[in-house]
Amino acid sequence: MSHFGRITLGLGLAFLYGPILVLVAFSFNASALVTVWGGFSTRWYGVLFADGALLAAALVSLRVALAAAALATLFGTLAALALDRGGRFPGRSAFAGLLYVPMVMPEVITGLALLLLFVGTGLERGLVTLVVAHATLGLGFIAVIVGARLKGLDHTLEEAAADLGAGPLRVFATVTLPLIAPAVAAGFLLAFTLSLDDLVIASFAAGPGATTLPMRLYSQVRLGVNPEINAASTLLVGGVTLIVLGASWLSACGGIRSDVGTG
Amino acid sequence: MKRPARLLAVVPALWLAAFVLVPALIVLKISLSAAATAQPPYLPVLDWSAGPVGWSSFLEALDFTNFETLLGDALYRDAALQSLWLAGLATLILALIGTPLAHAMARSPKRWQPLLVALVIVPFWTSFLIRTYAWIAILKPEGLLSAVLLRLGLIDRPLEILGTQAAVLVGLTYAYLPFMVLPLYAVMVRLDPSLREAAADLGASPIRVFWSVTLPLARPGLAAGALLCFVPMVGEFIIPDLLGGSDTLMLGRVLWSEFFSNRDWPLASAVAILMLALVVVPLVLLRESGTSDRDTVR
Amino acid sequence: MGGTGSTPRLDLTGVTKRFGDSVAVADVSLALAAGEFFCLLGPSGCGKSTLLRLVAGFEAPNLGVIRVDGQDMAGLPPHRRPVNIMFQSYALFPHKDVAGNIAYGLPDLGRADRTGRVRDLLARVRLENFENRRIETLSGGQRQRVALARALAREPGVLLLDEPLGALDRGLREETQGELRALQRRLGITFVMVTHDPGEAMALADRIGVMDRGRLVQVGDAATLYERPATRFVASLLGDVNLIPGRVAGRDGDWAVVQTGFGPLRARAPGTMPGEGEAATLAIRPERVGLGAGTGPAGTVTEVTFLGERIRRRIRMEDGTLLRASMPAVAQAPDPHGVGAAIRLDLDPEACRLLPA
Repeated sequence: MSHFGRITLGLGLAFLYGPILVLVAFSFNASALVTVWGGFSTRWYGVLFADGALLAAALVSLRVALAAAALATLFGTLAALALDRGGRFPGRSAFAGLLYVPMVMPEVITGLALLLLFVGTGLERGLVTLVVAHATLGLGFIAVIVGARLKGLDHTLEEAAADLGAGPLRVFATVTLPLIAPAVAAGFLLAFTLSLDDLVIASFAAGPGATTLPMRLYSQVRLGVNPEINAASTLLVGGVTLIVLGASWLSACGGIRSDVGTG
Repeated sequence: MKRPARLLAVVPALWLAAFVLVPALIVLKISLSAAATAQPPYLPVLDWSAGPVGWSSFLEALDFTNFETLLGDALYRDAALQSLWLAGLATLILALIGTPLAHAMARSPKRWQPLLVALVIVPFWTSFLIRTYAWIAILKPEGLLSAVLLRLGLIDRPLEILGTQAAVLVGLTYAYLPFMVLPLYAVMVRLDPSLREAAADLGASPIRVFWSVTLPLARPGLAAGALLCFVPMVGEFIIPDLLGGSDTLMLGRVLWSEFFSNRDWPLASAVAILMLALVVVPLVLLRESGTSDRDTVR
Repeated sequence: MGGTGSTPRLDLTGVTKRFGDSVAVADVSLALAAGEFFCLLGPSGCGKSTLLRLVAGFEAPNLGVIRVDGQDMAGLPPHRRPVNIMFQSYALFPHKDVAGNIAYGLPDLGRADRTGRVRDLLARVRLENFENRRIETLSGGQRQRVALARALAREPGVLLLDEPLGALDRGLREETQGELRALQRRLGITFVMVTHDPGEAMALADRIGVMDRGRLVQVGDAATLYERPATRFVASLLGDVNLIPGRVAGRDGDWAVVQTGFGPLRARAPGTMPGEGEAATLAIRPERVGLGAGTGPAGTVTEVTFLGERIRRRIRMEDGTLLRASMPAVAQAPDPHGVGAAIRLDLDPEACRLLPA
């Protein structure tokens, strides 16, 4: 690898991680000022864990993210299966297009549209509408991830199972599902973090009754830099890093498996 | 097997119809309505009990006033132009940074590559809000960047970056870099290395190999990355809101403030329709036709 | 059901399969007896794999009937058919170990019975104690055996094999051919094997069916197809052959006289086609072309190639037609038929065959 390549990689990663590292470092700052290092301290984590409103918001976010990711995973996997296996059914391209919309649409538009729907139908805004909004957001991503895996699947494996006497349900349960499981799991994790991360759509879809963690953080961030938020951010970044490492481990396992299937 | 499989589409299709298609139509309808101090805060509201009379009076009350307001008011025109300008400039910067980075990733030893990809993905999955917030502490006048530069003696008074378009550009570039790098990398890593070797064997210098072989073949990745960055950046809210000044008007922020601050739902809807018509739909269609062109040309 | 002796194990009648405008399998009729080893031979794209998939039930024929032991298979999904297939890619489940793959077709057996069956099957393919190996740790030959054991687990009446040896190295392939043949004899299962390798088909099959562009053009044992091909396609598929264009000058029962560019030749001509005056092809294998000093057609040796156990010569006839002659190499110096030698050909009418043009 060339020197130029190494330098590019180094600078690129420094750019990506520098701000995050600064944020993490100052979460351990004893001083309340972000530019002055006042020694190592975990006092802001203490403040954080005493902040009932923030913890309540975090709990709301977790519950919403779990429910939304579960719904999105179910529907997204169904959609991927229908697109991969259903042949050319009427409305197929419209269906595929609708899946794609929430992925490319600016979040403000998705949020506004969903809010107008909820108001128009008289649906009380709260946890339920948040879950609906985030499930809609994640659905397309899961359909894409699972769809890619299905496309790469060696179809003779399923034919072999049928040939050996397995009916369609047994083929799905014993061959198809185990082989796409890594993609389904990775999709679930992505939908989970998308929901956990979202501020814009949640601000529209949540009523006054529900405040998610990003909404709570945003209202504090608007007031300026604050070491307590650094502490909260550090925990979030750490959590997400673990999830991503888990997901890439899952997809690495999946990759090895698919190699065997075609080899 | 095909018939039962397509039945699986029914539930997700109903879900998408209810929560993507219908809401989009509602936005369109409300963009043609007038604001009102009522609940819901817009007029007309379809009176189902009035039958056909209700329908006709409902349709007659719809008009294009909101769009006339948007196009006639310099404030909204500026917001639209500023959105396009900032998103376009940021896309260009991203292409300039992302291409060498993706190239270096694709050329790095195979066993490093999963790690490098994971390293690019981690920020992509990390809270957008937090990553934007991180820049406040760096860019503000008493922030880290000014402090370091002052200490080094490179500047003699704190930088006024936060609250300017430059800060928004930094934020956009930072937040969207993974969206540019990952599609580029995905294309570059699949390029047949023997093509580069053939070019080098025919006497091309490394720079010429990059310009004449790698970059043209990586164009689909560049196009995908640009689309993935440009469209959401035009509608971006968090970055201009936190890093930009009060004069940084981007369409996403205008929509937000019309909705939440001014409670003008019809005008916010009109901004959404305008954004869709100006940016999202043309670009998505362009990309679709671009992909089919490529298939026929090659 | 079955066992009456007269009912074929596998019976195809007028089977046709179209994909859009292209016909993959055209009007194929075929009856296989129990215990027969049958090879479908043809170049890639001739429809032989599609025919296999029709029998296995992955595709439905547009026309025709497929019967196994007299039972019509129409509408029966793959998992209800008394046939099993071994895929060219083997299609071994990567998420199951060897035992898990082999036992997949035996879900109704108790745990103990299943373990015993898996052990028996592994012994049959000489892979004792491989039960708990992961598929990715197996060599190509071992995977082939696991796939075979898995396909045999349900004791199918007919086993379909799609290029079962295609992924193996040359040496391993020849060794495996012998084992496959012996296994089939021992089990008495009807094998239908698809291959594009004529040598493999001739080495293994009781009967060979040659397919060309969706049609089953000739069925017979290896010797019949080699000695008495029905078409130019079959003649050249099974080995090197001289195909001499000409016209039928006269017919006399099973014999014909063909006027070629270098004179009239007598040839075997079963059937009535092509008739007198029609264009025809005369086929003769190079090893049946004799060199002599008699009164046969005259030519000149233009090329001599020493191939070890055989010597091949290229001969230019007076009209410019090029023929190949092949004969056992005998140490003989100087070579009486070297390059440039004027010779006369000795063409045995029994070895010459009249074919359609």
